[in-house]
Amino acid sequence: MKTPKFLLPVAAAGALALTLSACGGGGGGATATGGGDAANGLDARGPITYVQGKDNSNVVRPLIEKWNAAHPNEKVTFKEQTDQADQQHDDLVQNYQAKNPNYDVASVDVVWTAEFAAKGWLQPLKDKMAVDTAGMLKPTVEAGSYKGTLYAAPVSSDGGILYYRSDLVPTAPKTWDEMMGMCSIAKENGIGCFAGQYAKYEGLTVNASEAINSAGGSVLNADGKPNLNTPEAKEGLQNLATAYADGNIPKEGITFQEEQGRQAFQDGKLLFHRNWPYVYNLAVTEGSSKVKDVLGMTALPGKDGPGASTLGGHSAAVSVYSKNKATALDFVKFLVNEENQKFFATQGSLAPVIEALYEDKELVAKLPYLPVLKTSIENAVPRPVTPFYPAVTKAIQENAYSAIKGEKTVDAALSDMQKSIESASAGQ
Amino acid sequence: MATELGPTPVKEPASGGAPIHHKPKGVGEDNAIASQGKWAAWLLAPTIFALAIVIVYPIISAIVMSFQKDAGLDPATGLFTEGGPAGFSNYTNWIFQQCAAPDGGTVACPPGTLGAQFWSATGTTFYFTIITVTLETILGFWMAIIMARTFRGRSLVRAAVLVPWAIPTAVTAQLWLFIFAFEGIGNKLFNTTILWTGSEIPARWAVIIADTWKTTPFMALLILAGLQMIPAEVYEAAKVDGASAWQRFRMITLPLVKPALMVAILFRTLDALRMFDLPYILTEGSNNTTTLSILVVNQIRQGFNSAAALSTITFIIIFIVAFIFVRFLGANVVEQQTGAGKGKK
Amino acid sequence: MTAATELRARQDRGRKVAQNREKWASVRTYVSAAVILFWCLAPAYWMVVTAFRDVGYTYDTSLLPTHVTLDNFKTAFDTSFGNRFGQALLNSLFIGVTVTVISLVVGVFAAYALARLNFRFKYLVLGFILGASMFPGVALITPLFQLFTNIGWIGTYQALIIPNISFVLPLTVYTMTSFFREMPWELEEAARVDGCTQGQAFRRVIMPLAAPAIFTTAILAFISSWNEFLIASQLSNDATQPVTVAIANFAGAQPQQIPYTAIMAAGTIVTIPLVILVLVFQRKIVAGLTAGAVK
Repeated sequence: MKTPKFLLPVAAAGALALTLSACGGGGGGATATGGGDAANGLDARGPITYVQGKDNSNVVRPLIEKWNAAHPNEKVTFKEQTDQADQQHDDLVQNYQAKNPNYDVASVDVVWTAEFAAKGWLQPLKDKMAVDTAGMLKPTVEAGSYKGTLYAAPVSSDGGILYYRSDLVPTAPKTWDEMMGMCSIAKENGIGCFAGQYAKYEGLTVNASEAINSAGGSVLNADGKPNLNTPEAKEGLQNLATAYADGNIPKEGITFQEEQGRQAFQDGKLLFHRNWPYVYNLAVTEGSSKVKDVLGMTALPGKDGPGASTLGGHSAAVSVYSKNKATALDFVKFLVNEENQKFFATQGSLAPVIEALYEDKELVAKLPYLPVLKTSIENAVPRPVTPFYPAVTKAIQENAYSAIKGEKTVDAALSDMQKSIESASAGQ
Repeated sequence: MATELGPTPVKEPASGGAPIHHKPKGVGEDNAIASQGKWAAWLLAPTIFALAIVIVYPIISAIVMSFQKDAGLDPATGLFTEGGPAGFSNYTNWIFQQCAAPDGGTVACPPGTLGAQFWSATGTTFYFTIITVTLETILGFWMAIIMARTFRGRSLVRAAVLVPWAIPTAVTAQLWLFIFAFEGIGNKLFNTTILWTGSEIPARWAVIIADTWKTTPFMALLILAGLQMIPAEVYEAAKVDGASAWQRFRMITLPLVKPALMVAILFRTLDALRMFDLPYILTEGSNNTTTLSILVVNQIRQGFNSAAALSTITFIIIFIVAFIFVRFLGANVVEQQTGAGKGKK
Repeated sequence: MTAATELRARQDRGRKVAQNREKWASVRTYVSAAVILFWCLAPAYWMVVTAFRDVGYTYDTSLLPTHVTLDNFKTAFDTSFGNRFGQALLNSLFIGVTVTVISLVVGVFAAYALARLNFRFKYLVLGFILGASMFPGVALITPLFQLFTNIGWIGTYQALIIPNISFVLPLTVYTMTSFFREMPWELEEAARVDGCTQGQAFRRVIMPLAAPAIFTTAILAFISSWNEFLIASQLSNDATQPVTVAIANFAGAQPQQIPYTAIMAAGTIVTIPLVILVLVFQRKIVAGLTAGAVK
């Protein structure tokens, strides 16, 4: 046994693979031939499947029941994915890659639209397949579009809200500087001043882009090219880095995802807290909450007025591989009609995409954060709309994290961010 | 090879006092081998078949894809187009940390790209592997020795030891994330204010602690099974001869448990080198806790072909480690025996 | 002082030392056992405490249970929102048992061949089997998904069972081979002299001796299949999903809320059957041990 015969077969498999690759096999990679599939089945009707992440508050099932009662020949089956965004993304990718005809309509996170559209997986919602978006909040429609074409109809929206302690803060701050000026109040009371989500994950992309956008900068320019070596971008990221260095953002802030931040705020350990609308319901109902009666809400602070929130939410997209696209389209329209939007809002606390609903008295009574959220969404900037989103978000997270922790200067971080995004989108 | 691996003085009692291979050699041996070969083929066929479909086919198809470029964006249509053959560029890009440049060439990967993380991820993977496997081996051995003793409440201990391993990883990772939160029970209990997931050393140790907690039972159970194959008389004989506890451990326990131990360590090492869930959920790879498998998953989201190349590189790295184990550390389940048989020609 | 009394005194001392030493050994054993129990159970204890805590007090850090409620367990089993936790438990059990039985039978065959038979290409086979656990599992999913799509297996039980068998087979084969090699095979030959066939000799003589190894391997195989998540999350559907996927499907009442308490309740529920299983298998392991000692 001098020679390592033992592991020979592995080498053999490698050699085999080399030979095979010479023959140019290998599917799997994305191919965006568009054309053919997108023209098929436009008039066909029949049963379809609707794919969505976990239906948290049981709003999708009743709607589908209602639809099925009215359309006995075009029944919708609900395919529920996990509650985790990454897994929903990967599941959609696998099924689109495999050209699964059963993923007729899927709920797509706003940040995936460009990627899926550029891969040629989503049916353009134009001509015969057009969806009326008049009356919808503009940023939500932009987030569902790629290169000027709508690919996914906005179903729900989301935006950041600045929560604050109304017992300690006399008037809600409108700008970042005003808010930082109030941090002395936090010190007097022995609590942290402000925190958003600064752990290294998707939430950091949200918070870093908010900081950059609120200071008047932008991550990508209109052509989708990175635009980070600007004074505005620098000011935005510097705001976070300085606040962290000063202790205005408590040191544990860099471990916060949504839930840790909410916990700290509900425990009365933060004066200001940036989070999503969901915090409202929990902060006023949970037994352990210490801020039940002193919960203030306002728009995120910006440079001279309200800041630019990052847009969240989901849209409904029709797969190009669907066999019954006429039914699929009708179902998409059904999901976004005003009545059902209202149902989503009242039953599921999902922010509607129809502008008029934010003025609806009944809804506002139930969800008092709606006026604030409207300001937030109206000023919202979609997260960078790019088919390279997975790479772009990593570039932002990695460098913003180092900058906030002070391991890198803001200039260096932005320059690295710029170069990383350039490299990622240089793909070819 | 058998002699290199060193049969120990007490080796004989375990195999019943006689070498296992005592088939008469000489005339007719070739016939015997031929007929045994036919038997072996039948007995091995199901295993080979199962592995071929579900492991070998995907591996080969991944390797094939690793020689294709990832889809690139056609600026005119805004759509992705097939990348075409890539040669070894997917591989060299990882190893030399080269990334695409806007002008079409390559540049050193800037921080923030996945490409810039290859060597640090390799380092992190080995760091985790060496520390967790060492800790798990020592702790597992100790647990196995205790569990092998007779005392009241032994079944309780045996059941308890398996609890960490029985909890699905998805739950374990959430549990540790919960424990290691800044306001979590971990800091509360020890009255500390450590940012467990906020800087490199605590983050790495959070992963190590969680992984060690979860997988030590695997080690303990395999070693326990090995211990139980040692006949009690061997120990009694050694005791009568006045061997100390340490001598008994070194001269009897260790050599006799070695085959089981090496299998356990080998498989733990292979698993640890592919570690994914725990660091992914605990830290998302921040603060230098990105392992090669996490890098593969992140890259799959950006392009599968390049991820396939990275997987193949990982495969080769693991292959080399396994080779070292088998060749130099004697983690070969049949080598001693058949090596001895063949060596005596 | 006579020689006799001196001898007796020395014997007494000797006995006392031996007794002391034994006492110390048993004290040491109990202390060690206590440390092991603490290390293994303390985090699990926190899981259980959280599982019984009201969701409104999720982040409470009191060591003792507070705000105790059974709601989380009810939530876990509540089917009205499309949770199929109960069904998923059965799926996991079915998948786990099938994987364990098949991989043990197949693995015993292979291990017997590798440990007992002489044939060419043995090292190739060993390398092949080991090589199967060297590729990052995360990268197998995409090709596997495409393969199973092509043959229409997505969402079927076999699409979950067969990959799991392949994942546990390398370990099963290696463990059993290493144990089989240590077996006193001359007993098998003795049995054959007594008139048993090779198969009978293997079943009646070798299998009982190998029981600790076989049951250990069974537990390892079962738990590894029970824990599998990545493959199942993409290849299963609502009807076939195992419990790991069902837990990942748990959602809070609000969009970004993480339902820690329900997850911990699910973890608790999932762990209990395994502990029972181990307690049952215990006796088999011990039985194997005594059988070995009789020899």
